[in-house]
Amino acid sequence: MPIAFSQGFTPHPKISYASAAPTGVASEAEYLEIGLQAPVDPEALRAALDAALSPGLDVLDAVIADGGSLPDRIQASHWHIELPEIDPAVLRAAVDAFTAAEEVLVERMTKQGRRTFDARAAVMSIDVLASTPTPSGAAAVPCAILELVVRQVTPSVRPDDVLSGLRVVADLEPPVSPRVTRLAQGTLTAQGAIVDPLDADRDGAAIVGH
Amino acid sequence: MSAPSTTPRAAATNSVWPRLEPLLPQVSKPIQYVGGELGAVVKDWDAATVRWALMYPDAYEVGLPNQGVQILYEVLNELPDTLAERTYAVWPDLENLMRTHGVPQFTVDAHRPVRDFDVFGISFSTELGYTNLLTAIDLAGIPLLAADRTDADPVIVAGGHAAFNPEPIADFIDAAVLGDGEEAVLEITAIVREWKAEGSPGGRDELLLRLARTESVYVPRFYDVDYLPDGRIQRVVPNRADVPFRVHKRTTMDLDAWPYPKKPLVPLAETVHERYAVEIFRGCTRGCRFCQAGMITRPVRERSITTVGQMVREGLEFSGFSEVGLLSLSSADHSEIGDMCSGLAEQYEGTNVSLSLPSTRVDAFNIDLAQELSRNGRRTGLTFAPEGGSERIRKVINKMVSKEDLIRTVVTAYTNGWRQVKLYFMCGLPTETDADVLEIADMAHEVIKAGRAATGSKDIRCTVSIGGFVPKPHTPFQWAPMERPEVIDHRLKILKQAINSDRSLGRAIGYRYHDGEPSLIEGLLSRGDRRVGSVIRRVWENGGRFDGWSEHFSYQRWVDAAAETLPAFGVDLDWYTTRQRDELEVLPWDHLDSGLDKDWLWQDWQDSLSEFEQDDCRWTPCFDCGVCPSMDTEIQIGPTGKKLLPLTPIKGLKTPTA
Repeated sequence: MPIAFSQGFTPHPKISYASAAPTGVASEAEYLEIGLQAPVDPEALRAALDAALSPGLDVLDAVIADGGSLPDRIQASHWHIELPEIDPAVLRAAVDAFTAAEEVLVERMTKQGRRTFDARAAVMSIDVLASTPTPSGAAAVPCAILELVVRQVTPSVRPDDVLSGLRVVADLEPPVSPRVTRLAQGTLTAQGAIVDPLDADRDGAAIVGH
Repeated sequence: MSAPSTTPRAAATNSVWPRLEPLLPQVSKPIQYVGGELGAVVKDWDAATVRWALMYPDAYEVGLPNQGVQILYEVLNELPDTLAERTYAVWPDLENLMRTHGVPQFTVDAHRPVRDFDVFGISFSTELGYTNLLTAIDLAGIPLLAADRTDADPVIVAGGHAAFNPEPIADFIDAAVLGDGEEAVLEITAIVREWKAEGSPGGRDELLLRLARTESVYVPRFYDVDYLPDGRIQRVVPNRADVPFRVHKRTTMDLDAWPYPKKPLVPLAETVHERYAVEIFRGCTRGCRFCQAGMITRPVRERSITTVGQMVREGLEFSGFSEVGLLSLSSADHSEIGDMCSGLAEQYEGTNVSLSLPSTRVDAFNIDLAQELSRNGRRTGLTFAPEGGSERIRKVINKMVSKEDLIRTVVTAYTNGWRQVKLYFMCGLPTETDADVLEIADMAHEVIKAGRAATGSKDIRCTVSIGGFVPKPHTPFQWAPMERPEVIDHRLKILKQAINSDRSLGRAIGYRYHDGEPSLIEGLLSRGDRRVGSVIRRVWENGGRFDGWSEHFSYQRWVDAAAETLPAFGVDLDWYTTRQRDELEVLPWDHLDSGLDKDWLWQDWQDSLSEFEQDDCRWTPCFDCGVCPSMDTEIQIGPTGKKLLPLTPIKGLKTPTA
């Protein structure tokens, strides 16, 4: 594909990822922007990228970005967290303690070193779900499930930060690695719903000359 | 909000993925274990008759770009009834977790246990991968010793340059293949296929016997090694009726008929080389006496300019790489290199494709080529390899370049706009003295002085890079004593002082080197015999892993293991490394035939000691090294007279097909 390159001695392809999911986390909703040298049919681009990527990395849709940067459209993220071998009642109690707190300080190593920040304020909703068949297809063991909607802030609050928060407020220690899936991310409506960030450009096609 | 829409990826038959996946969040760079790269192949297990696991015994980031493995992977997977998957050395963090959770060594393609395969092929570019071989065998659940294996275990086959003396790992491998792999893997596949179709008569022993009878697969168990009271080898003889006394290397002729890789692997993780590499020729007859690769890959076989052009075009279209490496042992020697470089430079002018040529030849022609290749404005580095500091030592190693030529060449590079060149040398060469090494400093000083005078600028630099010399089997230096690490380290130290003795010039000279200790161990492994296997095993048991990585390599661990195991055989570390061999000594690899005539090698070693140079048979008459007549091969070179035509721009998007 005719990807655009940055200027300079070592040109880099123009690709930017908005709010990429952390390593080890599944996702159903990742977005990236690509700069091109020439116009390309978005569907042809989607198909070419999809064919080149690994099984499980599916390119679902591409639109021409007409205005507004992608990072500006990523305002919140919806996460699904499976916690195998945790009793849902225990999780519920921990979540209650978390929600009751004004502020939950957690620590994480970032590129700038160890940082302490609040994991509570960015959390818009946090719910314990009744156990359902697990999306990851793992064998049926007792499993508590958490659904989480987090606002995009700086530093970003990730699912592992919220889990750290549950440890801080309620000593919740998952005995095995949690399985985290991002279900959606995008623009927040006034009602708190998350809208596909590409929608603006799908509709935008009708708005001529803005 | 709906539940996740896509189905999780279906695990392949016998996949360990469900057990591996939960471990991955706990290890560094988990993406290296995931597979699924563009170019990767996953075939139906049950539909395949012959199944190969191919390993490069280093980390994924080093192993994935390896040409040998990529070529064999593609050649094997093109066979309808054959399946090949890749496996790499896992880092200690994952190794520990795999042991705790009972996850075996797996392939990255479909995450199948290595033990389930028929053949486990391992490519050794360097002997420092031997400990990683043991880790992989052990993690796979395969008995470490070949003698303890059963019909349930794969046949472990070593290949690559180090396989020209596989004796140190003879206890751990079932077989070794010398030379080019393309046809060898097909022949082995055919033998395994036939043996399985017959119902695997005679089990493992029969299969190994059939492989040995080809005379090009070495099966160590069918040979007994007898030793003299002083520790030297008395003889190596077959212990079975119809296995050959000598095993011969394979040579793939007509490289145009083997244009691999066609579908290069494109890694998702960062690797050491991210480029489409095409071998423009195989073999080298420059006759540098330290160079095992040049000796064991004879004769020279060129790929034609048109095949190279086609491979580059199709390889780039398939992979999307933006870098092309035109590889060989001395790329500027290709008979059509000028047209090849200008043709490719023209074809890719104005694109983001960059072309590179490993440049070791020390002459102005090299700069012309580099100039062509940098048309896109991107200058790749220029490296010249005089290898030896003094004219005398360069005669010893047969690297014919005068000091004046070298300085003139580097100055030409500076005047053509290069601000930085790299000069590569070796330390510890046979007959070397402190004075030979100190001349490197003079040379670097003169290069900078002449460069400043020619350009009128102080903004020029050179980097002096020094590697440790390791004598290798099948070279004229196979008899040579190694220098002790303390002596090497002392020479490196006084060289540094000499470079910096002039502060103005010293500031313009970068200095990189390796300590002498790892080279000594590489020397033990490269010229070792079967008794060295006990050292490798002890080092591995004591935690030795990734010996090619300075942060993992422990000299002391090797010294201790050698001291614990070798005295029982009446030998020691020095005996293998710093001892000079005499003409009549039976060398551990004498029964392995690289085509080189041992008498010729000895004569070349004597010529080396009397500082007598040997020409290149590419341009001068045959000097009877022995390879062509004994292997029934011949030099294959151009020029074909053909040129590369301009490319028609590709219309539309290129969608890769598996």
